[in-house]
Amino acid sequence: MAPGAALTWELGEGGVAVVTFDLKGEPVNKISRAVKQDVQATFEALEHDASVKAIAFFSGKPDTFIAGADIEEFVGLTTAAEAERLSAQGQELLERVARFPKPVAVGIHGACLGGGLEFALACRYRVASDHARTQIGLPEVQLGILPGAGGCQRLPRLIGARAALDMILAGKVEPARKAFRVGIVDELVPHAILKEITIAAAQRMAAGWRPRRRRPGGFTGWLLDGNPLGRRLVFRAARKQVLAQTRGNYPAPLAALDAVEHGLKHGMAAGFKREAELFGQLAVTDVSRKLVQIFFATTALKKDFGIPGPPAPTTVQRLGVVGAGFMGAGIAGTAIVHAGVDVRMKDADLPRVAKGLTAAREILDDRLKRRRITKYEYTRLVALLSGSDTYAGFGRAELVIEAVFEDLQVKQQVLREVEGTTRDEAVFASNTSTIPIHRIAEAAGRPERVIGMHFFSPVARMPLVEVIPSARTLPVVVSTAVAFGRRMGKTPIVVKDSPGFWINRILTPYMNEAGQLLVEGVAIEELDRLMVEFGFPVGPITLMDEVGLDVGEKVVGVMHEAFGERFNPVPAFAGMVKSGRLGRKAGKGFYQYTGGKKGGVDPGVYELIGAHPNGGPRPAEIIQRLVLVMLNEAARGVGEGIVRTPRDGDVGAIFGFGFPPFRGGPLRHADDLGAARVVGELERLADRYGARFAPSDALRDLAQRNTKFYP
Amino acid sequence: MPVGNGRRVAVVAGYRTPFCKSGTSLKDARAVDLARFVTRELLERTDLNGADVNAVIFGQVVPSALVPNVAREVSLLPQFPKEIPAYSLNRACASSGQAAANAYDEITLGTADVVIAGGVESLSDIPILASRRLADILVEASKAKSVGARLRSFSRIRPRDLVPVSPAIAEPSTGESMGQSAEKMAKENHITREAQDRWALRSHTLAAKGTDDGRITAEVVPWLPERSREVVITADNGIRRDTSLEQMAKLKPVFDRRYGSVTAANSSPLTDGASAVLLMSEAAARALGYTPLTYIRSYAVAAVDPGWQLLQAPIFAVPKALERAGLAWKDLGVIEVHEAFAAQVLSNLQGWAAKGWEINEAIINVMGGSIAIGHPFGATGTRLVTTLSHEMVRRDAQFGLLSICAQGGMGFAMVLERN
Repeated sequence: MAPGAALTWELGEGGVAVVTFDLKGEPVNKISRAVKQDVQATFEALEHDASVKAIAFFSGKPDTFIAGADIEEFVGLTTAAEAERLSAQGQELLERVARFPKPVAVGIHGACLGGGLEFALACRYRVASDHARTQIGLPEVQLGILPGAGGCQRLPRLIGARAALDMILAGKVEPARKAFRVGIVDELVPHAILKEITIAAAQRMAAGWRPRRRRPGGFTGWLLDGNPLGRRLVFRAARKQVLAQTRGNYPAPLAALDAVEHGLKHGMAAGFKREAELFGQLAVTDVSRKLVQIFFATTALKKDFGIPGPPAPTTVQRLGVVGAGFMGAGIAGTAIVHAGVDVRMKDADLPRVAKGLTAAREILDDRLKRRRITKYEYTRLVALLSGSDTYAGFGRAELVIEAVFEDLQVKQQVLREVEGTTRDEAVFASNTSTIPIHRIAEAAGRPERVIGMHFFSPVARMPLVEVIPSARTLPVVVSTAVAFGRRMGKTPIVVKDSPGFWINRILTPYMNEAGQLLVEGVAIEELDRLMVEFGFPVGPITLMDEVGLDVGEKVVGVMHEAFGERFNPVPAFAGMVKSGRLGRKAGKGFYQYTGGKKGGVDPGVYELIGAHPNGGPRPAEIIQRLVLVMLNEAARGVGEGIVRTPRDGDVGAIFGFGFPPFRGGPLRHADDLGAARVVGELERLADRYGARFAPSDALRDLAQRNTKFYP
Repeated sequence: MPVGNGRRVAVVAGYRTPFCKSGTSLKDARAVDLARFVTRELLERTDLNGADVNAVIFGQVVPSALVPNVAREVSLLPQFPKEIPAYSLNRACASSGQAAANAYDEITLGTADVVIAGGVESLSDIPILASRRLADILVEASKAKSVGARLRSFSRIRPRDLVPVSPAIAEPSTGESMGQSAEKMAKENHITREAQDRWALRSHTLAAKGTDDGRITAEVVPWLPERSREVVITADNGIRRDTSLEQMAKLKPVFDRRYGSVTAANSSPLTDGASAVLLMSEAAARALGYTPLTYIRSYAVAAVDPGWQLLQAPIFAVPKALERAGLAWKDLGVIEVHEAFAAQVLSNLQGWAAKGWEINEAIINVMGGSIAIGHPFGATGTRLVTTLSHEMVRRDAQFGLLSICAQGGMGFAMVLERN
């Protein structure tokens, strides 16, 4: 057949046309306008060809089925009406597939996401490979939109409202095994026979066989999904949960819920209409724009080594980790789970090593418990982990990451010891949060192989790593660190070797300001509540407890030494550290923790910091002070070249400490507010509260030139 | 040199886990865990690339029903390529000695260059057998074609069928247990209770000294627990520093309560543990940059009628090994004799003395032996290879011998040399 943009087909045995989707010149299959036309034309031809009795549909890509809709195309939309039309066209096309007179079976291997799954849902029979790469889901809400090609209608009808909402509202991507369990795919088979089984199913359907599906969920399923009354309960509970999670900051999950509910109540046609309408509205929201920008930024970062003309990275097969504390164990466990490297841990004494190994193993235990790995994979992975109180085994490590006590002398000592045991080509990375890398490297015999890799706690969950080359660090060392951070499942940003690097640089003034506000009489819970409402996952005081007050004190000390008055430590915090209120790890900080669970505010704290919770400034002022002090420092950091681009800075803030993604990051947020306005507000705050608010040159410059970080 | 086609086999390194009395510190570790752990540490401590290994051979006497070939599970450690063949063998208490011997054969013949030989035993992790009748009924039920037939099979189970059968340390051919054999040897060879206790005390005293001065500790890889409530185990837990001849004399004989002399104190305890050695052709060791500790010069195995003196075969194995080595007893600078029972050690020594060989205790078991250190059946052989090698280096002894008595009336001997 004449090849279109992507689809080819040939007639096989028994009148089954085998259609292959292979988008030329692209690494993955995605659905664009051209592809839709091609689908339309191909299906028309298949319909009219009398020798075709049934269709079996496959991807021609080795590891993806269909990755989703073409996002570039989606970004080009400017009006809600245009977006609604795009959605309606998609629905129409898939309706044609669903009502196609000849049976269609799909064989799914590799990622089957978004529009790809919506297409599969429109087909009559779905077979998936049981391969780990076969991942199935509707991640649209993560981009601030909803499945707009009938997904909100077909999925709940296939697997029930509850299971469908679980998938759609969280935008979660599930392994094929799970998709089979909930009933999205009809058969789960080894990859080797996927094609054969799919074609056989198409043949059987051509001969009149109709796949029979059990009502999902049995009696409970009927009770909750199968009748309007039960569904009302389900939707009410789901809505409540969404609101609790999004705090009204993200409209997409609610809209998706609406689209599903409307369709189940009023029928498919009405459902389609509502779905398209809501898709149109969501597509042009600011939130969606921001989420898409972040998506593009992280995608770009996946290919960016942070230096011009990056040399090929050294492949790390063995990782040495010095320091078996919480960070070291987190790095070790995460490296095993994601990068599958051999990890050797070292600490001063064996009980500490054993504790670290146990903590690292818990990351694997967790994967096993959540069925992300089988017990056989677990056995293999756990054997990658070992440790000792000597450097035995470091000789063949390509990379050593130290996560010892945050002290220059200690780190330099470790560096000297490591250099004594590793090969000359080995890379030494310091997981320091504040100490400049060039200072640590002063102790090195091979300073050009020393770099910073700053992870965030808990390592298994925090998606960012700051990679910090000193002026002497070799390019290959940078690309090796970046590549390994990526293999660990992190998004690396390459930042300048300056105290606090990027994250602590912009976080410290924010945390300090929070302390200041406490002293001024703002209640702890109130402060946290306001910032959670602003969009942070946790408020600054909770964050301080998580990070640890002793760690925070150290960071502020370093920052103050480097930058002076602007980073004056809040004296009230010293008492907290002295009294052992170090945060979650100590069981008490600003909050109380019992059995690892966060309890209420420790009432003794106010006395300790010499404050009385009597209100303090009004809420809007509190938020403004906290946000603007951070924006100001972020702007200053960009001006100093701490991050290479605003993009890196925003991704860092979002991934590093959860800056609200729907606001796009501190620099994007500054752009939205407008530099002139930010400068004006900062000047007002500086007048009132002190020089720490004095607008940075970078912001003044933007304001003067009336431009933005992202022009 | 009287070996094969002239490829010398180097002992490059050897390590073991702490040896712990069964049911104590290592009771939660399975044999396969111990074997994998010690092998992984051997790789780490020698900085050996797993891809350089050609074969893995492990000895184990009481394999787990779930892991019948423990060596293969070792060679499937992620530190190795998956293509390294491996097998497990059983030469009773000489199993890992035999593993080293087989590795030696492979390397000498040129079919391998680098082999890991080891052994493991967990007597905390032994298969508990069902009674024969229960087994028969279960097999029958599994073949039943209908539910009714299956139920009919099950209905024949009687309470006495459910009593588990644990494997005994008795000779299948004679029904005589190890201890009874030792008792018999003590009587027939006129080994007194006092002489046995004295040898046992010597074993404990020397093992304690070897542990405290670091000679034994250097061979032991600390066991790091998998659960946080357990503690790190750095040393063998059978070595007693608080015992004396008087205390030992108070113990009742176990196997012959009236006229016996073999007691818990002068026997080796049931033990959990693993050990492994890294063997290479001389050329491979040089190419990979290792300095060998010793070289294997010869080995020999002998067997006697188990109904005679079950643990006396070493007196036949040792002369064979020495003859193959082209050496005489007087050439030996260090000797390691496995201590199943003090009565057996003293019987072995007596047998060698009867050949006119001079017994110099100053070079025998200089850091104690299995009575104090413990005896995980499968693991003792490569422990001895390691200990002997290190001691030969320390004493600059040119030739050394190890001797192991084994179930079934077998004896194993190996001669090591330096340079």
